[in-house]
Amino acid sequence: MFYSIEELVAQAANYPSIGELMIATESENYGHTRARIIETMEKNLTIMKQSVEEGIAGVRSVTGLTGEDATRLNAYLQEGTFLSGTTILSAVRNAIAVNEVNAKMGLICATPTAGSAGVLAGVLMAAIDRLQLSHEQQLEFLFTAGAFGLVLANNASISGAEGGCQAEVGSASAMASAALVAAAGGTPDQAAQAIAITLKNMMGLICDPVAGLVEVPCVKRNALGASQAFISADMALAGIRSVIPPDEVVLAMYQVGRQMPQIFKETAEGGLAVTPTAQRLSKELLGQHSADSPTE
Amino acid sequence: MEHMRYTSVFDIIGPVMIGPSSSHTAGAARIGKIVRGIFGQQPDSVDIYLYESFAKTYRGHGTDIALVGGLLGMEPDDERLANSLEIAYEQGMEVLFVPKNEKAEHPNLVKMVVTKGERQLSITGISIGGGNIQISELNGFKISLSMGTPTFIIVHQDLPGMIAQVTNTLSASEINIGTMTVTRESKGEKAIMIIEVDQAEVGDIVKKITDILHIFSVNYFN
Repeated sequence: MFYSIEELVAQAANYPSIGELMIATESENYGHTRARIIETMEKNLTIMKQSVEEGIAGVRSVTGLTGEDATRLNAYLQEGTFLSGTTILSAVRNAIAVNEVNAKMGLICATPTAGSAGVLAGVLMAAIDRLQLSHEQQLEFLFTAGAFGLVLANNASISGAEGGCQAEVGSASAMASAALVAAAGGTPDQAAQAIAITLKNMMGLICDPVAGLVEVPCVKRNALGASQAFISADMALAGIRSVIPPDEVVLAMYQVGRQMPQIFKETAEGGLAVTPTAQRLSKELLGQHSADSPTE
Repeated sequence: MEHMRYTSVFDIIGPVMIGPSSSHTAGAARIGKIVRGIFGQQPDSVDIYLYESFAKTYRGHGTDIALVGGLLGMEPDDERLANSLEIAYEQGMEVLFVPKNEKAEHPNLVKMVVTKGERQLSITGISIGGGNIQISELNGFKISLSMGTPTFIIVHQDLPGMIAQVTNTLSASEINIGTMTVTRESKGEKAIMIIEVDQAEVGDIVKKITDILHIFSVNYFN
């Protein structure tokens, strides 16, 4: 098992890839066969693909607050008049799709959480097209992301209630950027640099869900988290290095999460959640259900 | 390794679940399923007391739907979850939600009181994040069940020798017991064993224990 990014990169040298190190570690920790581990990951991959397709086809959330933006972006992509690029914009569309499915109580794969599920699935589906990834390479992508995600979860946090949105979309975007580097043929050290580059830009991001729902601003933060993963990966592949070593960046994110006021940690008591519009929406959405006021 | 909170790649990539929240939806469904497992059967009625964040946001996150779905035996990835309240109604299970204002030991805490005929059981669960949960109370007894390790929940008649028969069955299959909690409804009535074991692969042991006389139900959570 690896505890730090430094250990992860060092141990990866003994395996054909980071993904293979992750599979070997999983097998060692739980005594499961390689076949069983692969099978579980294949199920996760299938659900990720389904949720992207379902979202692009068009869904609306239970509250009606979010939905159909993946469809909107898909149409815009097909018009071909966009400013950025096909790969980035596909990743953004895919990420929105997954989070829209999540918000309508559809089936998703939490990566690392449900609220941040769009980033990794969105990035992977775009990378499949860009890099022509085989089925095995797609699974490898997920094991690589999982390996880096474990380090973030153990040294910082993957919970918005504990560390703000930097812990959720920040971690997801960082994991995705590292997995992209590996999928594109970069070294484990370059993947680690991508983690650092991504997290430095996500540091301090608060969790301020409107009405306490996993919708606003979660869907759009997943979208931007997905686009950022590609940019960080390209920077790392170009040979750009983080001045602050990856493990120190992770530790800094942990500290920022601890120092972050409670109102910015999934309580809907700060940030966007207390804007006049959010307050009105909250009253409309939860008020209409509400014989809900807590008693006693 | 013991100081690490997360050790599996599937803690990070997964679980597959019905949205929108791993703690408020997937965790809630798992709590419901485990309550059913501990009770050993589907209750006729359930009173659900929600605390703190669960009390404030349970409807928006589908926590209510997920808890009831779990009680009906559904997993967090069961597409029928969204209709669980209707299914409960059709199956004649009465459900009452009571959001509470009191402070609790954890932001995502729920106490469920399940009833069938004369039988009643109270169980408290907490959702600690990423779909992971703990059971913190059983019939007024404080317990700490992480459900992160392989766990047997066995409901049986409160008779002499029952515990020995179960532990003998486990030892005959070379399964090592990590922790064991035993409690009962009242003397001579139904009793519960909660056994955490070291191995994940337990073969046909569930059937072997089920075959013991006076065992009502055996649930194995891996």
